[in-house]
Amino acid sequence: MALLHISEPGQSTAPHQHRLAAGIDLGTTNSLLASVRSGAAGTLPDNEGRHLLPSVVRYCEDGGHQVGVDAKAQATRDPLNTIISVKRLMGRGLKDVKTLGSRLPYEFVSGESAMPLIHTVAGDLSPVQVSADILEELRQRAENTLGGELSGVVITVPAYFDDAQRQATKDAGKLAGLKVLRLLNEPTAAAVAYGLDRGRDGVIAVYDLGGGTFDISILRLNQGVFEVMATAGDSALGGDDMDRLIALWMMEQTGVSDDINHSLQRRLLHEACAAKEKLTACEDADLSLHLDNGMQWQGKLTRQKMDELIEPLVKKTLAPCRRALRDAGLSAADVEEIVLVGGSTRVPKVRAMVGGFFGRDPLLDIDPDKVVAIGAAIQADILAGNKPEDEMLLLDVIPLSLGIETMGGLSEKIIPRNTTIPVARAQEFTTFKDGQTALALHVVQGERELVDDCRSLARFELRGIPAMIAGAARIRVSYQVDADGLLSVTAREQTSGVQAHIEVKPSYGLTDKEIETMLRNSLDYAQDDMEARHLREQQVAADRVLEALQAALREDGDKFLSSEERTAIDQAADKLARLRNGDDHRAIRKAIEKLESVSTVYVDRRMNANIQKAMAGHAVDEFK
Amino acid sequence: MMSSILTQNHFDLFSLPQRYVLERVELDARYRELQRTVHPDRYASASDQERRISMQQATQINEAYEVLKDPLKRGRYLLELRGHAIEDQQSFQQDPAFLMQQMELRETLAEIREQDDPLQALDRLTQTVRSQYEALESGLVQALDGGAEIEQAVTLVLRMQFFKRLQEEVQELEADLEDELY
Repeated sequence: MALLHISEPGQSTAPHQHRLAAGIDLGTTNSLLASVRSGAAGTLPDNEGRHLLPSVVRYCEDGGHQVGVDAKAQATRDPLNTIISVKRLMGRGLKDVKTLGSRLPYEFVSGESAMPLIHTVAGDLSPVQVSADILEELRQRAENTLGGELSGVVITVPAYFDDAQRQATKDAGKLAGLKVLRLLNEPTAAAVAYGLDRGRDGVIAVYDLGGGTFDISILRLNQGVFEVMATAGDSALGGDDMDRLIALWMMEQTGVSDDINHSLQRRLLHEACAAKEKLTACEDADLSLHLDNGMQWQGKLTRQKMDELIEPLVKKTLAPCRRALRDAGLSAADVEEIVLVGGSTRVPKVRAMVGGFFGRDPLLDIDPDKVVAIGAAIQADILAGNKPEDEMLLLDVIPLSLGIETMGGLSEKIIPRNTTIPVARAQEFTTFKDGQTALALHVVQGERELVDDCRSLARFELRGIPAMIAGAARIRVSYQVDADGLLSVTAREQTSGVQAHIEVKPSYGLTDKEIETMLRNSLDYAQDDMEARHLREQQVAADRVLEALQAALREDGDKFLSSEERTAIDQAADKLARLRNGDDHRAIRKAIEKLESVSTVYVDRRMNANIQKAMAGHAVDEFK
Repeated sequence: MMSSILTQNHFDLFSLPQRYVLERVELDARYRELQRTVHPDRYASASDQERRISMQQATQINEAYEVLKDPLKRGRYLLELRGHAIEDQQSFQQDPAFLMQQMELRETLAEIREQDDPLQALDRLTQTVRSQYEALESGLVQALDGGAEIEQAVTLVLRMQFFKRLQEEVQELEADLEDELY
């Protein structure tokens, strides 16, 4: 359908079916689903009217699992098989997990890949699998409520998620059988929800303190275009940490030692969280805890005491705020609106300190729990092609610099943080020794000088470089980051043309093959289903390509194509149309590729003409 | 047949005259207009092929915008178009007065932490660096658009690079100081 978007703005496009699309806020504590229905975006509740789905999955002995409220209810009783806050583990290696380990009551085992697995009665599970189970639950909710199969979703991620965490999230979507139209940064989603609501241009700061992550984004809204100017944050800081601080204080008060069992740890955190929530509205909260020695401890937490406990944590969020403003080249006074996102921004101390920092009161009119999902739903609706005339556009940035390891374990930055995506940058390197025929490349992400302080994304090798004296080879390493913020890297020796390419599948990610296998193994997709599913996917893809191409050809095929070129395209299209009605999904896939390859020149010309048209109103000598 | 945007120069892509002076507001507006046309979000449900081309074009437009909006990068780019590309490590003959000024500014930067009010001192240094940079920028307008010898423009661009680097160091220190203080 997208070829239709090319038609001149304002010109009517062929009517098409409304595609079902949804936005998913895959949160640390809770997840939400939203969709645009009859022009209005709203969250979709489950059968019992509950909008929030606790991001909790409990695995049972019979191999089945529970998601949401039912799972959460069992968390204290069955802590090892009930996975909460799995988002904190996404895209993380065993080493990172161990540093979080003292706070996470699970048993980790190392799998074949570097990705840590969680040991449960239902087997060893990857965080991607657990997230997929949450997404699957939401997919079913969406399809039941909307009455059909979803054509695509937008899943939100913290802006500060690195490449590995993003890739893991996208993999989880795939595993849940979803077509992920875009990964959208949570603060950007929130800005969309507010921006469209108010339709006012200016600079917006989005302060997003969730259960496990903190993000600050500075955006500029200008006539429907959201430009993210800078983003910063901490992907391991959130409301859970407040609970932990309160729990530690409770441990001091009760005199229980550090070495406590999982179950008591859960009860402590649960009580701490309840007290925190109560203190958003009240001045004090009663505490009660059943201790292992059979005693019942009673206590009281005042708002003042809690403010004191959490102040260092809230303060910690202000450093990224300053950094984001500096990167954007702005001061706090330039910010016209402050949007609060995430349940943790309900804490009065947070609101007060953020308001104090920016010198104005934050906006409160959209529920901070729902605002991200609503923004994602609006974006999903547009990306699905339901609003071809819509003027809204998001221009996002990469949150962390992308670099490469050079001599001495130093990171050479290739794309600096806060560069607008999509982006491609290249740098040339050379060999270090005479006759060197291979080059090891280590892709890293982060701001620090030393590679060891950055996050390792991938390692790969360029082999087959012709033997030359040291320093003679010219190896061009190109980084391309797509609109989802995902990186792919190509290395090419310029004099010989030897090339190596990888989609950066982070060390802790899953390969496409692993995902395919997991899909096959899951109960929902038996072998036959898998084939049928592939066939349907290819048929849909074929119809889409053919429909769009025919519409375009009718419009301007003669203008851009010679008769030979046109004949080649027509032949490839006829062949695809024939194969489409068969049952060989691989043949259809090949025919699509063939058609795309012969029509590349046409699409390229059309898209260029489109740009020329956009600039046509501006003569070059306009300001002479 | 029109040329592909992937091979067009940045000024042509934005339909702007090839000169140093430009209207920032106009540049920004054209950038948004171009991205509205080509951005991958416009092709989210399209074929792989269209998505690929759209990503390449959006990448190219981002790159061009990045160069055109930055006074130093724009200056370097114009020099490159005129056959005077500046290498990253290019050394050059500087006059002693400029070198002296550089040394003094670096000394000031190195001693900031010892000042009574480091942030205020840093603020003054920021102002100095900024005004020097802006002076070079207006000099470059004369040199690049006013038909002066190209060497003059090269010298100015190289000096701007000095100030740019200094500016970055000032900002890093500012970030460190703020994080320590608050």
